[in-house]
Amino acid sequence: MRLLQTKGLSLNIGGKQVCDALEFMIEPGQRWAMLGRNGIGKTTLLHTLAQLHPADNGVVLIGDQQSKQLSKQRIAQYMGILFQKQEDAFPSTVLETALIGRHPYLGAWQWESAQDQKIALDALTQLQLDPLVEREVSTLSGGERQRLALATLLTQQPKLLLLDEPTNHLDIHQQMSVLEQLKTWSKEHTRGLMMTLHDLNLAWRFCSHALLLFGHGEVVSGNLDEVLTEENLERLYLHPIQKIEGEWGQTYLPR
Amino acid sequence: MLNSKDGRLLALETTTKPKLMSVLSRKQFTLTLAGLCGLSVLSLLWGLSQGSAELTLTQLWQALFDDDKLEHQLIFDLRVPRLLSAFAVGGMLALAGALMQTLLRNPLADPYVLGISGGAAVGALLMMLLGLSGFWLTGGSFSGALFSMLLVFALSHGKGSWTATRLLLTGVIVAAGWGALISFILAVSPDNNLRGMLFWLMGDFSQADKPSTALLVMLIGLGLCLPMARHLTLLSRGELQAQALGVNVKKMRWGIYFLASLLTAVAVTQAGSIGFVGLVVPHMVRLIIGNDQRLLLPASVLLGGTLLVCADTLARTIIAPQQLPVGVITAFLGVPLFLYLLRRSRLS
Repeated sequence: MRLLQTKGLSLNIGGKQVCDALEFMIEPGQRWAMLGRNGIGKTTLLHTLAQLHPADNGVVLIGDQQSKQLSKQRIAQYMGILFQKQEDAFPSTVLETALIGRHPYLGAWQWESAQDQKIALDALTQLQLDPLVEREVSTLSGGERQRLALATLLTQQPKLLLLDEPTNHLDIHQQMSVLEQLKTWSKEHTRGLMMTLHDLNLAWRFCSHALLLFGHGEVVSGNLDEVLTEENLERLYLHPIQKIEGEWGQTYLPR
Repeated sequence: MLNSKDGRLLALETTTKPKLMSVLSRKQFTLTLAGLCGLSVLSLLWGLSQGSAELTLTQLWQALFDDDKLEHQLIFDLRVPRLLSAFAVGGMLALAGALMQTLLRNPLADPYVLGISGGAAVGALLMMLLGLSGFWLTGGSFSGALFSMLLVFALSHGKGSWTATRLLLTGVIVAAGWGALISFILAVSPDNNLRGMLFWLMGDFSQADKPSTALLVMLIGLGLCLPMARHLTLLSRGELQAQALGVNVKKMRWGIYFLASLLTAVAVTQAGSIGFVGLVVPHMVRLIIGNDQRLLLPASVLLGGTLLVCADTLARTIIAPQQLPVGVITAFLGVPLFLYLLRRSRLS
């Protein structure tokens, strides 16, 4: 059983090789951290996995099927993606925004049912946005918007979440709370997630696997404790990083 | 309540009811559309009763259903076609404006922003310059509009990746080119042509006596949009977001472009380039009911039609027997109405 698998996936943007014949698999219950320097292609790879960007070579398997055989609607029911930025050219309320997560489940003439609304309200409550449901999105703070985007994803009820910097704009308490919720979410049923992160300590604390993008097509993937070594990380960020262990756990410190 | 110790749960309980206001309900949908339909009918009745021969409500009623009356002919030969044209054009422009705003994700977009009306105007003015009218005038403006639409499509559909900004800039520049051509034609035209040309440029219904095509196009356009309405709402939140939720963005993008352009072309061909309706009506609707396109699109059609029916009725009666270009009136009506709505909207 797998949620997503790449076979021979190659990706090149603007002359930069993001990955070359990449093979990896996300299984239920796994939480993947995607790590790498700025501009190395993390977002593009995430978009490619989400079928929003074409691969140069290779295939992405979603469940047991090739992504090309699935309808866009079916894919949207299966996986959700968090973008770094949300556009809002036109006014919209918090509840309206969360409810767009139900779109993949509705037919052309169908309206959101009371059940759909309940799903959205539950997701908003889970992210502590329930006092804000009637507010205009444009009046929210950056962190509140980020949580709204996450609530929209939970409303979508996908099996697989792809998250581009989910901790953006969040204060320390919200970072812990959101990542803890995502961890709990991924442990239930048959779900998994992959997120790009810049904080190694958060990756260590909340993820089970990691995918390191070194550039020039080189990728290392695997279990967190096998992959997050000092050597790998130093090569990854081109900066010396020390792993400090104590009885309280471990932390990564840039030198 | 058992869980009252849990403050959050209690808070949820007490706010459950008003919450439902922040999202469009079927009831609100039906009520709004019914209200706007009523408003449209009232505006049409008012338009029918006004003119060289003013009719009271009873006279109007008799004239409508008694074909022996002289007024019967007046109404059905002159006023009905003109009013229906105005309604259809207003509806089409408002729909096209709403679609363009979604396509470009720019609140300043209107049906003319991509140069459709400029192309139509050049076509129409050239025909006038040649002394042609009737079919030639219609044909000239429609071909001009189509040519402009294809030109912008071809220019913005180059090799690079598509962006709304690129389409917008291409359209704006092409429109500016048309603007220069229009000025040129006006400058070289003989004086006796100028008045007709200026009226055409500001929008004018005095020649619009065949509303059937416009009405049909308006209905087909709306009919095509309605099943896509939720997709359009998503698209207004950004292309990536829409795509991630299962919308076929590529198809939608060009579908909207061609539909909005065709609606504009038909509207402009019918009555010249009437400004303001296409820009402001969708915003008026948004200020009152939000951006849910399931309601926004039909409501824009009804409100656009109503606004233009009122404007045209005023245009032909204010200083009768002389007629004003309807474009002047749409702005006179629209500016204060819009500013009022903006002040009391849910945004402020």
